[in-house]
Formats: sequence, structure tokens, C-alpha cells
Amino acid sequence: MTPGGSQSPPGVVVVTGVSRYLGAHVAARLAADPRIDRVIGIDLPEPGPEVGGLLDQVERIRVDAGSVGGLLADLDVDTVVHLALVSAPDPQHGGRAAMKEQNVIGTMQLLAACQRAPRLRKIVLRSSTAAYGASFRDPAVFTEETEPREVPRGGFGRDILDIEGYVRGFRRRRSAVTATVLRFAPFIGSTADTTLTRYFAQPVVPTIFGRDARLQFLHFDDALEVLHRSVVEDHPGTYNVAGPGVLALSQAIRRAGRIAVPVLEPGVSGAVALARTMGLGRYGLDQVDLFVHGRVVDISRLEREYGFTPRSTAAAFDDFIRAHRGRAVVTREQLAVAEQLVLDRIRQVRAAVRERS
Amino acid sequence: MTEPEEQRDEAGLDDRYAVPPPVVPDADPARSNGHRSAGPSAPAAADQPGDVWDQRVAGGLAFLRRRLAGDYEVDEFGFDPELTEAVFHPLLRRLYRDWFRTEVSGLENVSADGAGLIVGNHSGTVALDALILSTALHHEHPAHRYLRLLGADLVFRMPVVSEIARKTGGTVACNPDVERLLRGGELVGVFPEGFKGIGKLYAERYKLQRFGRGGFVSAALRTGTPIIPVAIVGGEEIYPMLADIKPLARLLKLPFFPVTPTFPWLGPLGMVPLPSKWLIEFCPPIPTAHLVDSADDPLVVFNLADQVRETIQQTLHRLLERRPDPFGP
Repeated sequence: MTPGGSQSPPGVVVVTGVSRYLGAHVAARLAADPRIDRVIGIDLPEPGPEVGGLLDQVERIRVDAGSVGGLLADLDVDTVVHLALVSAPDPQHGGRAAMKEQNVIGTMQLLAACQRAPRLRKIVLRSSTAAYGASFRDPAVFTEETEPREVPRGGFGRDILDIEGYVRGFRRRRSAVTATVLRFAPFIGSTADTTLTRYFAQPVVPTIFGRDARLQFLHFDDALEVLHRSVVEDHPGTYNVAGPGVLALSQAIRRAGRIAVPVLEPGVSGAVALARTMGLGRYGLDQVDLFVHGRVVDISRLEREYGFTPRSTAAAFDDFIRAHRGRAVVTREQLAVAEQLVLDRIRQVRAAVRERS
Repeated sequence: MTEPEEQRDEAGLDDRYAVPPPVVPDADPARSNGHRSAGPSAPAAADQPGDVWDQRVAGGLAFLRRRLAGDYEVDEFGFDPELTEAVFHPLLRRLYRDWFRTEVSGLENVSADGAGLIVGNHSGTVALDALILSTALHHEHPAHRYLRLLGADLVFRMPVVSEIARKTGGTVACNPDVERLLRGGELVGVFPEGFKGIGKLYAERYKLQRFGRGGFVSAALRTGTPIIPVAIVGGEEIYPMLADIKPLARLLKLPFFPVTPTFPWLGPLGMVPLPSKWLIEFCPPIPTAHLVDSADDPLVVFNLADQVRETIQQTLHRLLERRPDPFGP
């Protein structure tokens, strides 16, 4: 396929999960595209205040992604963008059980509805690089063909594997529908609010002792761009979407001016499990596994097929740092000043010693 | 690359025991602290031409600041060239030169740029030979090449060890990683004997063990990379393994539990390697570019693996004749 794909702008687009940050931004962006006739956002909860203003141009239907049923057929929908995934359990909204219900059962029911929608031409699914699992025998860089060697311990990773399994089944049954699966690296950016951005925003950051994970981030705006292109162009298949380049976890923490506190790995897993059963904490085994193993993906297929390269991991992270600079503990300028002070001090002492001798 | 590298370039190959120039990690210290020469103490430092210590202190501080601010690059495998150059290689060079008195030959068989798969014999209870080999290549080769070592997954299971392995350019021994590194034009170091090689008894020294399934050969064939056999003499004597306590190894989930003349009797002192004399010889490269289509032909793969194995074994015998006394000068 040529870069850019064939041009066939869709008529009616359904976006799931519009009450959340990503869904609201994608729906607003698609609604602003004159090539698209109609954008319908579906989600159960009322959008929060931070995304409310975005959805003025978007028709909204309050129903969860799982119970779309005949809606897709009645509305003559030709494209579905499925973004209603929960990446971490929220203790206030049912915890892990509700998360699995929404991720796995929700996707299953949406795909079942898609299968019965006669006009459907395209489906775009949000997935995650968590699909590669985490194992000590993993290759350093995952391509789209890499199979996970072990089922991930974390709930989100397991959900992603299930979801991708359903998509494979859907592709077999409706081979005429263009199915695009986007495996996103963790989002970061000046405004995005995710588990990882909250993690790096703390002044003191826990890390795993003796491990320095290789991380990749995707700038939120690049995620929007790729999703937008997936809707207006045709890119069937599975794609890794991440910022090129790598940051080590320790390096990212230093760049953000935070302090790393290493903790022992067996203790972390225990503490995370305990916190989960007590309904505390936003971190899961997904994060522990990410910080033990790291995760780097190859994005050459994305670059080839979309003709688009996201900004680098380092640049995306810099954008995040700029927005959160106020809370840095150690800044670059302070380090430079300290360096000069120590250097001057040593020179003075040496000069004094030399004069005396 | 940094300044000391270029200086070492001029030193030439025969000048092995010359003291290398001071390692100043920052190529241009004046750039990072602009008003260096205008500082109050600058005249005192400037009256001695080329004040080495001042440069070292300034370079060291700049290095420290860059590390603390995260101002460095790591590649997708986690390799951190700055840290490797400034910390790990200087430490290893001590061991390489002063402790093991290593002599290297056949470096002309390793190209100055472009990919190569370096296949060696494994020995020595702990895989010190891999580190010494990478030091030899970086220190003695005119292009100061980095060797990207492949490690067993046990290495990457262990905390701290896994971190150091990745930072110094290592990765898990699996075909996707090898092929990716080779396609990127890197020198990859592999020891196909694996734990069978390092965990053999002293009585078995310099007898090459089985070469696994030849996965390294198919990786080289698929990328058309030349295979460079290398023979390493000296590694077997550093921790002469007299016995292997298998039940203890099973209990600790290790491939073997060594008993040497000093370990575990002397405790931590037993970890000090014996000062054997090391000889390393790089053999002529075996081209594979014409065999790219046979990467999945088991016969071709096994024959080539055998050829590599024979070459290393014969070179080992030749080197051993040159070194009658393992602990000689």
C-alpha cells in the first residue's frame, strides 16, 4: 500500500468511550474534519468537566459500548472507533471486576454488534504494547509478529490479549471489514493524565532495585493523529505506535528532576497485591512488570504504511516535563550551579596548597 | 566519540602497554561551563601548562552533572555508550592489562565498520572471558569497536546484573535480537557453548563443548554477516573448577555450583580470579553472504557450525603451545 492509503472518508463514525480524555479528543477531532458527515459518541457516564467542552460538535448517546446492539445497523454506521478501555482499576467504580467487564465483555459485545451491522466497513481498535507481555526471554525490541511468551500478570495486559483474540475472530468472520489494531505505547504529553504521568509527577518516585527498564512513550497528539488517519484512510492490520528512541526509567526520572527510591522487587509485588485487595492504590502488576522488563517496540510498519513518524520518546517526555516543571526536586540549572561551585572550590583549595608549598 | 579515543588512535597497536591518556569524559569541558577560564582561580591553574588534574576534575564533574540530569542517550537495547566508555571499560582495562597481561592477535580480521558475528570458546566458571574479549576489541582495535554480547536469560533474570548487562551493550541471546543488531552493523559476540562451556571441570579445559542448535549460524546467514571465530586462552585457569555440587546448584536454581581451590573455602577472597596469562586470537572471517538462502537448511547450518568449532579448537591448540606456563609472564 502506498503511504497515506486509499482515500475513502467515512460517512457515519461511532466513537466509544467519549466521556474519557482520549475518546473525547478523538471524537472532537473527527467532528472537526469536514470530510466526515456525522460523529456519534457513545459512553455511559456523563463526560467530566475537563472534556465537556470538546463534545459540543459530537452527537452523544448514553449507552455503554457493550449494549450498542441494533444501534449500529439503525444508524447506518460505517466506521467504529473503539477506545473505551480502562487501563487501571478504579476502586471507586467497581475495581478490577468492572474494569474487566468493560474491557473484555464490552469489546466482545461491541464486536458482536459490529458483525451484525451490514454497512460497517471499518473498525479501529485501541490496543496497547502490553499485548507483548513481559518475560525475561523476550527480545529487546518487539515487532508486530512477536508472540507473548508468558501471559502477563497484570490485569490490563491479560485484557489486551483477550481483546486482540476477539479481533482475530472478527477478522476471520468479516474479512471484508478493514480492522485496524493500534498497539499504543503509554501516552504522555503536557495535558494527558494517565497512571504513568501521575507516577512521574510525584516528587519522589519508587523504582525497582537493580532494574532499569527501557521505556517508550507516545505523545498524546501523535496518538490522535494516528487514530484520525486510521479513520479517514485505510490501514488494515496491527501496528505498533510509539515514539522512536528509548529512555531508561532512571534517565526519565532524572530528566524530570525527580528522586528515585529503589525498592526490592518481591516486596513490590506483594505490596501491590495487598494494596489491590484493600482497594488502595492505582498501580497494578502491569506497572511492576513494565518497570522490571521495560518495553520497546519497532514502529517501522507504522512509518511505512501511514507515512508518519510520531515525535521521539525523548521529545514527548520533554513536553511532559515542561508542563510539570514546577514540582521538580532537582533542576538542570541547580546541577550546573552546583558543578561550578564544586569546581571553583577545588581550584581554590589547589591554588592555596600550591602557594603554601 | 570522545577526545581520549582519538588520542589513542595515534598511539597505534604495538604500543599496548603505554599508559592511556587520562579519560576525560567530556570532549569539550569549556562548552559545558562557559566561564571556566574566567573563574577566580583560573590563573592559578593556568600557570602550569596543560594542568591534567584540573581537566580531570572538570571533566569528571561535567560527567557527573550529565549523568544526574539524564543528559545521555541509550539505544533501544539499553546500551549506554557514555557510561560504558567512562566507567566499565577503564575498570576492565585494569584487569585486562595488569592482571591477565592479555595479548591479542588477528585484529585485522575484524573490520573497522560493518557487522560481524564473533564466535568464541567459553570458559572460566563465571563468564569473565566475554568481558575481556569486549575490552580487547574496544581497547586494541583501531576503530575501538564495541562488542554487543549475548547473554543467557539467567543473566537477565538477576537484578543489578541484568541492568549492567544491558547498559554495557548486552542483550538476550535470541535470534530476533541478533539479527536486529547485525542489520544495524554491530559486532555481536556469542559463545555457543553456553553454560556447558563455563561450567566444565578443570580437567576438561580447552575442550570445546557441543555448539547447541547453531542458532547463531542461521542468524549470520539470514543477515549475510561474516562469522569471525575467536580463540581465548587463559580463561580456564582463573577459577579452576574441581567439582560441581549439583544438588546445591539445583537448590539455588543455578546451572552449576563450582568448587575451586579457593572457593567457597576463602569466602569472598575466593572470588578473586587467578592471574593466568591470556592470549586472544581472531581467526579469518568466514563469509556467509552467498548462503543467505540456506539459512533454514539444517545441513548447511550444522556444517558451518562445525567449521567454526574446528577452527576455534585448532587455534586453541596452537595458542596453548605458545603458552607453556599458564601463569607465566
